[in-house]
Parts: sequence; C-alpha cells; structure tokens
Amino acid sequence: MREIEYRDALNEAFDEELARDENVVLMGEEVAQYNGAYKVTRGLWDKWGDKRVVDTPISEAGFIGMGIGASMLGIRPVMELMFWSFHSVAFDQLVNNAACCRYMSGGLINVPIVMRGPANGGTNVGATHSHTPEGLFAAFPGLKVCSPATPADAKGMMKTAIRDNDPVYVMENTTLYGNKGDVPDPADGDFLIPLGKADIKREGSDVSLIAHGASILRCLEAAEILASEHNIDAEVVDLRSIRPLDQDAIIKSVKKTNRAVLVDESKPFCGVSAQIATLIQEYAFDYLDAPVKRVCTIDAPAIYSPHVEPDQLPNAKRIVAQVLTIA
Amino acid sequence: MRGLFLSDLGQNAAAALVLRPLAEAAMSAPEKSFVMETANSPNHSPLNFAGSPINKTLSAEEKLETFRQMVRIRRFEQAALKNYQKDGTMGGFLHLYIGQESVAVGAASLMGDHDHMITAYRCHAHALAVGMNMNECMAELYGKATGCSKGKGGSMHFFAPDKNFWGGHGIVAGQTPLGLGLGYGLKYRGLEGCALCFLGDGAINQGAFHESLNIAALFGIPVVYVIENNGYSMGTSQKRSSAYKDCLAQRSEAYDMDWDVVNGEDFYEVRAKTHIAMERARKEHKPTILEVMTYRYYGHSVADANHKKYRSPEEIADYKKNHDPINLWRSKLIEEGVLTEESSKTIDTEAKLEATASTKFAEESPAPTIEDITNDVYWETDNNTEASQIGRHFFND
Repeated sequence: MREIEYRDALNEAFDEELARDENVVLMGEEVAQYNGAYKVTRGLWDKWGDKRVVDTPISEAGFIGMGIGASMLGIRPVMELMFWSFHSVAFDQLVNNAACCRYMSGGLINVPIVMRGPANGGTNVGATHSHTPEGLFAAFPGLKVCSPATPADAKGMMKTAIRDNDPVYVMENTTLYGNKGDVPDPADGDFLIPLGKADIKREGSDVSLIAHGASILRCLEAAEILASEHNIDAEVVDLRSIRPLDQDAIIKSVKKTNRAVLVDESKPFCGVSAQIATLIQEYAFDYLDAPVKRVCTIDAPAIYSPHVEPDQLPNAKRIVAQVLTIA
Repeated sequence: MRGLFLSDLGQNAAAALVLRPLAEAAMSAPEKSFVMETANSPNHSPLNFAGSPINKTLSAEEKLETFRQMVRIRRFEQAALKNYQKDGTMGGFLHLYIGQESVAVGAASLMGDHDHMITAYRCHAHALAVGMNMNECMAELYGKATGCSKGKGGSMHFFAPDKNFWGGHGIVAGQTPLGLGLGYGLKYRGLEGCALCFLGDGAINQGAFHESLNIAALFGIPVVYVIENNGYSMGTSQKRSSAYKDCLAQRSEAYDMDWDVVNGEDFYEVRAKTHIAMERARKEHKPTILEVMTYRYYGHSVADANHKKYRSPEEIADYKKNHDPINLWRSKLIEEGVLTEESSKTIDTEAKLEATASTKFAEESPAPTIEDITNDVYWETDNNTEASQIGRHFFND
C-alpha cells in the first residue's frame, strides 16, 4: 500500500468524485486559484477549471446558502469553511436551511451538500479559530457529522459524504493535514468508507479509549504509555462518524474491557463524549467496573498561549492520568 | 432606475410615492398632506402598462385566470383566518398576504418551465399562484398528514418542487441565498431560466441578503430579487427600519445591479417590469432588484394585534378603497370587456366554495402519527437503504 498525506487523500477524493459526477462542485474561499488555504484542493482548479472549482467571496452565509439552494436542483456542492470556527456567521444556513428543508417539505426536497474544513485546536490561533463543533451540529437531526483521523478514513469518508443525499459535515484538522498514512491505490478500485461505522484502531482488553479525530492519535500515544509503563492494555475505538453513530462498536468494546475513558476535543458540556457516556450507562451499565471518565478540552475558550494550549486539549499525559484513576 | 424604463423615471417614482408615504402617514402629519397631494396630483397619473409587449400577448382567458387566482388567494386566506380564529385547531403563526395578491400572481404568470420561485413566510399566495391546490395548503395549516408538507411545515413552510416552488421559509432573509442558489443551479446546468426570490422590506437589512446581492452580481446569477414592500418591517415602518436615499431597491447600485420600482397595485405594471427583469436574468445572467410597492391589510401575522396602532385606520381604509389590486384588476378587465360584473361574482363564489371545501378537507383529514415524526429527516432512513442500517441515526429513548 502507498503512503500519502491526509490532505492529498482528501484531494484524491475530490478529484475522483469530480470525475465521477458532473454535478459535484468544489466551492469556498481560496479553494481554486490559491489552491486552498491549507492546500487541500491544490491542482484541482488547474485540472477542472472555473465551473467545477469555485472561489467565493468571504461570505459564508451567502455562498453556503447558495450551495444549499443549488443542491435543491441536484447540484452537489462540496463547500469549504476555511475553519469550521467560521460556522457562526452562516449558522442560519447551516442549521435552518440545510438541516430542516427536507423535513419541513415532508421529504420533497433533498439537500445533498458537503460542508468541510478543519475543526481543531492546538495551533495557537486563539478562541475564535479553535472551535470543534461536531457535537453541536450532530445535535441537529437532518445533519450527518464525521471526523476522520487518518488519511485513508479521510478519503473514504469524504467520497461517501459527497454521494450522500443529505447534508454531511466533515470535520477535518489542520494538525492532521500533513500526516502520512496508507491509502489504497485508486487502481485497486473505488475506496469508500461508510458513515456510521467505527474502527478499532488498537485492540485491547483493559480499558476502552473512545474518541474521534485527532484525539485518536493522542489515545494511541497514551495506549503505548499505558502498556509500557503501567501494564494496561487499552483498546482505542475510533468513532470516525459522530452521526450516524456506531453504538454497537462502543458497547461491544465496553462490554469487553468493562472500563471506558472518553476522549473528546470538544468542551465537556454536552459534547460528543456526553452523548457517548449516556449511551454507555444505558446499554452497558451492568458491565462497568468503574465510572465512565472523560478527557475533554479544559472548559474555557481556547487559550492562545503556546505554553499552555497543549495542556488545555486532551493529550497523552491527561489521558493516562484519567485511565489510572479507574484501572 | 436603469433598464428599459429609464425615460419613465418621474412617473414611476410618482406612482410609487402614491403608496409609499401612505405607510409613513401615521408618523408625520405634514408628510401625510404632502403625500395625499402627490397621490392625487393630476400631473402624476400612473403609466399605462397594458400596451407593454408581455401584456399584449395575454389572451382574455389568461387575464381571467390571473383574476381568478387573485380572488382564490384572497378567499383562501380569509377562510384560513376564520378557521384560525374559530376554535384553536390551527396552531402557530398565520402571515396573511391579503392586499398584495397582484405581486405573486403577476410574477407567477410569467414563469416558464425553467423559472423557479422561493419566498419567505408569507407564502400562501405564491404557493397557490404556482398551482398548488387549496386542499393541500389548508390541510398544512391544520397540521394534517394530507398537507403539502405532511403537516411538518405549517403556514410558513409550503413547498412544491414539482411546480418549481421552493418554499416558504421562516427566517427573515434566510431564503435569499437559497434563491441565489436556484439561479446558480440553472446557470450551472445551462438552462435558460431564472430564480424569483421574494423578500419583504424588513429583510433587506439582513446580512445574508447583502451577501447574496454581492455574489449574484459578481457571479452573474440569473436571480430576480423581488422586495414586496408593504411599508412595515413587522410593526416598524420603513423609515424607522431602513436607511435609504430614494427607495430600497436603489441599494443595488452599490453592487452594480439593475433595479426598478413597481407599483404593485397595477397588475400590468407588475408583469411588465418583472418580465424585463426575468428576461435580463434568463438571457444575460444579470440579477435585478425589483421593489414592489404594496400593502397588507392585516398585521404582520395574526398574532400582531397591534397593527392598527402603528398605522392609522384611515391609511388601511384608503388602501382598501383606492388601491386594492383585485378591485383595480377587476375594473380594468370589466373596462376591457374581458370580465362582467356577473362573471366576476361567479369567480368569487367559486373561490369561496373552493375555500370552504378545503376547510372541510382539512378538518376531515388525518393527523400525522407519532411514527411520522422521525420520517423525512434523512433520505437514507426514509428509503431504508443499506447505509441506513449502519450506525445509529436517531437517539430517542
């Protein structure tokens, strides 16, 4: 298998879907001639031209609403938010028009859009640019939300998202764009990963570390420390998709390990991990040997200071410490 | 005021003034006297748009049909109001369009196969004008499963994609980027058509509208924004809600976009000017803002019990007496020999009966079931696809 960067895996997904379906259009700020603020779309404007790869003004409510309207006529816009943090200036379009049109029309209208872009902290850009809204958007029925951690997952899920007939919000990560990983060669066939299917990134028997996005990498680091320094065998469950959610994989893992630590870069209040915790208590209560614990981003707006931000986010040190309270 | 009517600037502006300052009359006595004088001035009689090309092509039958549509809309809404007040079986809001009928019907009468329409929450008229039937609309107001949105949308959210009608949207100006997108989709697919995006005068101050205007002009999108200016942004008059020089549509100049002001009480003028804007969109991919001066007899919604406080009874009475679009269209058609008093009454009676029948249909229709609540959320789960079996989509207890 070949190794490619996360950003190139996404790029490959766009390229393949642009080729497959003439209704697919990439849109966003700087996605075309500038090649993308994070170079995720580089080369695609050169290859596909103005019609398929569109630079928009800095006008999120305008162009996202436009994409939603166009999607009603069967266009499949794949729209970039330069940062997911900018969702707030287009919130009405994202939650009223995208999430509710199908429902309010009694199923007459579909909104097959993809919203994508990075949603992460850890880059010292301050509170306005460090939001992780996967739990927020997963709270709106009608939306689908996913957060791939590896290049392969990024490609496979992006392709699935583009083909989905409902709005899918893909939360990427600026700290992952440069990561390399195995991605199947396109010559070996169409590579798709379904939404709603978790992936066990590390098998283990003593505690389940359940996470998504970049937190998966923190969990894998923590699992190595737990194994080498504490003789604890941790299983790492990568949710990949937040909604739909692979509840079976979560419950199966917890029933096996009897302990769960939920790692979540969102804030603790009503974040993704809060939802997972309630499912575990409901469906695996009798299997738990300890309370469900969480490692979330420390409950304050994202701090700028490079000296402290790594400790505000979930990291291996914090995960190990939390695991040791129950194992 | 650019476009083909450049030479008519003075008269058009005057025709618009007849309506506009009336809305402000309650605010200022001196303005009022100025207005009445302007309105009655023999030097500023409205232009005759009957002779414009798009109106010349109207057959007698087509003219009657537009009249019938306007009457049907009014009778439907009067029945809806009566039903709303009757026994509380109808919930939510009810934003009535009564007084504005010429605008939606005029625009809808110009729509071809590739023209699309979208509007805000005052949407009953647009829905009926594009051909939705009274039964499905009344049933939607009643929250019944037979409603156009299966009882899931309500008064503000009527849709009929098969008739190129895309709602019915509840958030002020939230539909303006969607209208842009309909135009974008048409252009992308190489179809010669346009998107008619309606909004109220209160919506022009929302950011989403300005973002849409910029993109519409920048990308050359075939969209026509129709501001239905009824003078009040809910209970706040135009002067208290919007900063403007001569009129609201003029804001388009900042976006290098064409605009025009339309006297909404004149059905021929609505059609003539809307047609020009639609052709500009279809043929040249250029957007336009039309500001149609019109008036609503009722409050912002039925819940707006104060609507007689922020405007005077005289103002409302004057509009009903002198500017009612249905009365004026009726008179014009009688004058042209297309309609008689008798046939007018027949049309009215039929519309009333149709509205009454729709009430009966709505009352007798079944409500949605509890199970229906989670249908129409996701395409996959509605269609019970393989993908819908993967992962949990709903999180009910």
